Amino acid sequence: MKNLGTLKVTTPSDREVVLTRVFNAPRRMVYDAITKPELLKRWFGPHGWSLETCEVDLRVGGAWRYMLRGPDGSKMGMSGVYRELSPPDRTVHSERFDDYPGQSIVTCVLTESEGKTTFVATVLYESKIIRDAVVASGMEHGAAESYDRLAGILAS
Amino acid sequence: MSPSRLDATFAALADPTRRAILARLAAGEVSVMDLAEPFAMSQPAISKHLKVLEGAGLISRGRAAQRRPCRLEAAPMAQANEFLERYRQFWEASFQRLDVLLDEMQANEAADKKRARKTPLKKETK
Repeated sequence: MKNLGTLKVTTPSDREVVLTRVFNAPRRMVYDAITKPELLKRWFGPHGWSLETCEVDLRVGGAWRYMLRGPDGSKMGMSGVYRELSPPDRTVHSERFDDYPGQSIVTCVLTESEGKTTFVATVLYESKIIRDAVVASGMEHGAAESYDRLAGILAS
Repeated sequence: MSPSRLDATFAALADPTRRAILARLAAGEVSVMDLAEPFAMSQPAISKHLKVLEGAGLISRGRAAQRRPCRLEAAPMAQANEFLERYRQFWEASFQRLDVLLDEMQANEAADKKRARKTPLKKETK
């Protein structure tokens, strides 16, 4: 449960999770990387998983669908609709996982400074369950340390 | 683990006092009285938190009438932890790969610019 890299996770409200990450590249490149299928396929997905299907109808009201394949062959599908596309600094889309109930609205904002891009994704959940999961993880400031210890003890 | 069970686990874990109680119990069994001590909280207030933790299956309590020692139940916690780890790992692994991709995109762009500056027929020398 260490905060690897520079990924920061915060929970500004009841149903929101905010992911913040700085990339060493101009924002037009980051924008391309988060919207173009041929680029998404290169990075999107958990460790060991590959983005097997990536269908993107990149226009407001257009649908997107990803199918990820895991190392054991299992599949994870997710899909949604683009609600706002304002290159190179902002996108809004809905998102749902095939295997989980409920959908979320994801707002991505890119700001550039000195050739680096700060990527901020605000995920607004329909239900509190995953939001609460993030709170419970102790990823918020302050709680992280004690929870880290506990997780370490439980893992041993 | 059913979604409602996971929900109960996360709701129980969302409170800092309850997380602190669990951290304390990770070191071993503790009576309610001893648990209440470091928290500047009344025993009934602590008992209320314990009830939530017990309801979520995160702790169990002994039968010894007076002490009723509390014990950590690791399984639901480990499952909740695993669920969160997947969420986190998803983004961490993705972003690390995105770093590599962005480096490559920049290197390609720089190479393209360099090539564009040269006359098309001139062979690239570096």
